[in-house]
Amino acid sequence: MSEQGIGASMLRKEDDRLLRGRGQFVADLRLAGMRDVAFVRSPVAHARIRDIVVPASGRGAVFTANDLVGVKPIRAVSGLPGFKISEQPALASGKIRHVGELVAMCVAATRADAEDVAASVRLDLDEMPAVFDMLAGRAAGAPLLHESWGDNVFLETNVEVGIADAFDAPIKVTREIHTARQCMAPIEGRGVVAHWDSRLEQLIVYTATQMPHIVRTGLSECLGLDHGRIRVITPDVGGGFGYKGILLPEEVALGWLALQCGHPVRWIEDRREHLTASADCREHHYRITAYADRDGGLRGIDCEATVDSGAYSAYPFSACLEAAQVASILPGPYDFPAYRCRTYSVATNKCPILPFRGVARTGVCFALELVLDAVAREAGLEPSEVRLKNLVRPEQMPFDNITKKHFDSGDYPQALRRAMDAIDLPAIRARQKQGEADGRRIGVGFAVYCEQAAHGTSVYAGWGIPMVPGYEQATARVTPDGGLELRIGLHSHGQSLETTLAQVVHEILGIDASKVSLVHGDTALTPYSTGTWGSRSMVMAGGAVSLACREIARRAAAIGAFLLHVDVADVAVRDGRVIGPSGSLTLAEIARVWYLRPQELPAHANPAGLEVTAGYKPVRDSGTFSYGAHAALVAVDPQIGEVEILDYVVVEDGGKLVNPMVVDGQIYGGVAQGIGTALYEEMPFDASGQPLASTLSDYLLPGATEVPALRIVHMETPSPYTEFGVKGIGEGGAIAPPATIANAVNDALGPLGAAELLQSPITPRRVLAAIAKARAPAPSETCMRDRR
Amino acid sequence: MKPARFEYERPTDLAGAIALNRRDDLAVKILAGGQSLVPMLNYRLAQPDLLVDVTRIPELKRVDTSDDAIIVGACVTHADFEDGRVPDVTGGALPGVARGIAYRAVRTRGTIGGSLAHADPSADWPSGLAAIGADVILRGPAGTRRVAIEQFITGVFEVSLEPGEIVEAVRIPRLSRNARFGYYKICRKPGELAHAIGAILHDPDRSVFRAVFGATQSRPIVVANAASLFGGNTAAATRFDTDAAAHVLTAAGMTDRFDIQIHVEALKRAAGRANLA
Repeated sequence: MSEQGIGASMLRKEDDRLLRGRGQFVADLRLAGMRDVAFVRSPVAHARIRDIVVPASGRGAVFTANDLVGVKPIRAVSGLPGFKISEQPALASGKIRHVGELVAMCVAATRADAEDVAASVRLDLDEMPAVFDMLAGRAAGAPLLHESWGDNVFLETNVEVGIADAFDAPIKVTREIHTARQCMAPIEGRGVVAHWDSRLEQLIVYTATQMPHIVRTGLSECLGLDHGRIRVITPDVGGGFGYKGILLPEEVALGWLALQCGHPVRWIEDRREHLTASADCREHHYRITAYADRDGGLRGIDCEATVDSGAYSAYPFSACLEAAQVASILPGPYDFPAYRCRTYSVATNKCPILPFRGVARTGVCFALELVLDAVAREAGLEPSEVRLKNLVRPEQMPFDNITKKHFDSGDYPQALRRAMDAIDLPAIRARQKQGEADGRRIGVGFAVYCEQAAHGTSVYAGWGIPMVPGYEQATARVTPDGGLELRIGLHSHGQSLETTLAQVVHEILGIDASKVSLVHGDTALTPYSTGTWGSRSMVMAGGAVSLACREIARRAAAIGAFLLHVDVADVAVRDGRVIGPSGSLTLAEIARVWYLRPQELPAHANPAGLEVTAGYKPVRDSGTFSYGAHAALVAVDPQIGEVEILDYVVVEDGGKLVNPMVVDGQIYGGVAQGIGTALYEEMPFDASGQPLASTLSDYLLPGATEVPALRIVHMETPSPYTEFGVKGIGEGGAIAPPATIANAVNDALGPLGAAELLQSPITPRRVLAAIAKARAPAPSETCMRDRR
Repeated sequence: MKPARFEYERPTDLAGAIALNRRDDLAVKILAGGQSLVPMLNYRLAQPDLLVDVTRIPELKRVDTSDDAIIVGACVTHADFEDGRVPDVTGGALPGVARGIAYRAVRTRGTIGGSLAHADPSADWPSGLAAIGADVILRGPAGTRRVAIEQFITGVFEVSLEPGEIVEAVRIPRLSRNARFGYYKICRKPGELAHAIGAILHDPDRSVFRAVFGATQSRPIVVANAASLFGGNTAAATRFDTDAAAHVLTAAGMTDRFDIQIHVEALKRAAGRANLA
């Protein structure tokens, strides 16, 4: 392994500018004549708009739906049978369906002035009852968000494989499990700057997105402009996690405004907009039953899952992706013979949902792993033993599971065993018998998951959503001085692609990573791509860069062999050189000939030169399957309900690791977010649909004091289907912590009358309520479901 | 999330500040550190016409020491206590409270007078200073008056300030050598606002035994004779009576069983830290 190639823990090229505060984000742009936009947003969750009253002082500075003539609503349709279509207007028209929905757009010299204008606009609203609880929203007689539907269900799905065969199992445990609505929290929020370039005759939109090309396609549809009339530029972006995988009504509204007004316009999302108005994630409800034999062997899983999809189907992932994914991935890494899962995607008077890191996996892992622990308690077995009994075994790989997911490789039981060893299960059991001097109770929890990543055409064609990923393309261009310029259509905003793709280049061509530059985030400069999501970047862009570089190597070899007067079969490309039997040339020397001394080329030189665009798909595009086992040791204070994580172990198999340091960073960050899901993050709503957390002192995020020093154990089972055997690992860290920590808390509380936490986040109040409920002589269901 | 328009004045003497503050044609807010007020301005939860920045008034930064107390100017920061720039007459009690306020950046700018005037029940100074038995010194057009913390704070974000009146200083009694103080805060994360606070001071030489339940839905609940929480035994307090503590909270109007539980526990742990339980 070289110091810069595949497998090197090379320091990140992008850190020099980012850590010195020299990154350039949307909010750093300063365009001449730029004016700021503030929006009038709905103060209520559900209402008819009777009137929008603009005072005389606001004339010419305020725009409403009536002004946006010809602008089409955002439609994110799914091709799944029965999907009901929502139309999300750029500015609310006729009806308001969630707090924070855009009603009017106000323009002024500064944001403060624009907010003054917005404050002067009066809304005359006819408020209606709101749907704030997805289960109530499913019931007959609930207020309707989209009247023509007749109910509030975007989509209902059902998967069933021989479930009746499980009904006679000796162990049957049923649980109701609920995960809170969350708001993803990248450090940088959303932001848009738009202007019309009269020379290029293009609408230029700078936006903080994960998917510039998809935003262009969406803008083209909504604004009725040809793709060629739109250029989307994505500069530095301060984290995505899914929050920036959406076409925003703000992007459409500012795009329209820039076409009209003759000067650049800007909107920078503030924290209140971020928390209350833009997009949420993760709110699931499960009624799940596990059937098992006395030895812990699973006989079947039966589940009804409901996802709160919010008011509109978000573009491009749609309102159906999350719930439909629940049904297909709930079986997790386990092998069992019978399965049923019915899902509902419910429209509610809340902002739309987006797929957050891990997407539905974090929820299904929580539901399944909690119910597995319940099975273990029922069977009187160690929870880890129940898992070992049911995990797909290495000799079964590659394995097609009960929902036809194709697990490509790996040793799942080995991952769990290593986690058990690392956390030292026997020592914890011994310590539990002794008790804690401080009166707290300790518990250990495990969760195992697998993570489908970089899934492509064959998977997404089935969803029928606005985008289906195909071949991922990359352009590699040798520069006249022997450097290499890469152009990719997806975007790096924390994934470290400026570094890791340079490592791929170095691996194949031997070019020094410092001479590799990455061009990304500009639809005018890069190949079309669905963007960065689904842990696909390293597999897809890495694969495309690899193919492009291999072709560059072939072409450089041809020129080099001619210049060295040897047969092309006798040269090799490595260390940045074309090396023959008795001499060699650097790539810079070859590039100089191609670009600056073409008279030295052979008569029949390949005219394509030293620039290659390659398209890549893995051998199978059903996705790579990385996997992992997490283990946590927690201490629970039964008097005040506090949970402290004493130890946390991650065993992860991400296939071949391009840069282990970067992978560790992904795991640390993912686990931090998973701890947020487990213990802190929750967007509560009141009965009128008002979001109750509008600051970061209400919406708690884990910080340095809440995230323990993880211990990471790597396994490396290469994928049989990808370049270098890499697998996507961007999301795994965020999948298992809620399940792992909840199982540890339940293990700790078990002796207290079998108190059991079945809802995330595990707040102190919920811990106290669970203990009180377990101690109460007659358990009542007046539990504290929506109270912190 | 930008503030509504406001005027800004930074007087350099107390009389000037009071003159600005008493204007009844304007909504006036005093800016003493801004760690709560500035976010409220940005969220437009506060929309004053005039902001009077009192941080350049020398009198408000002064610390006067006497035999039985120190008087600390309203604009002395939490970090001034934490770092020992304020003489400690409390045997380490108040530097300890200060160290736990929010985050260091907040402590660098946030002030004791600002915190008390803001009267957030989840903040540390209202409970900590009420347990110590501190008084607030108020200066207004009619002169100066001195009010106990628990009288000054009348409710959630509510204090008894007359028109024009501002917090000038805080009088902190000098504790005797044998005094014991305990403080315990329950919050979700270090630095976040508290869900429950317990504070207790036992100073037998001065015949003081005070306990405070803080971070309630009202003003701090002060038990002036905390012996009642220890079986009435002031001389050798050994056993914290959780039922008596819960009774105080119920009598004060607290109804939620878990709120009561964690407030009792916070005070019990504060007593433990004071070696009283």
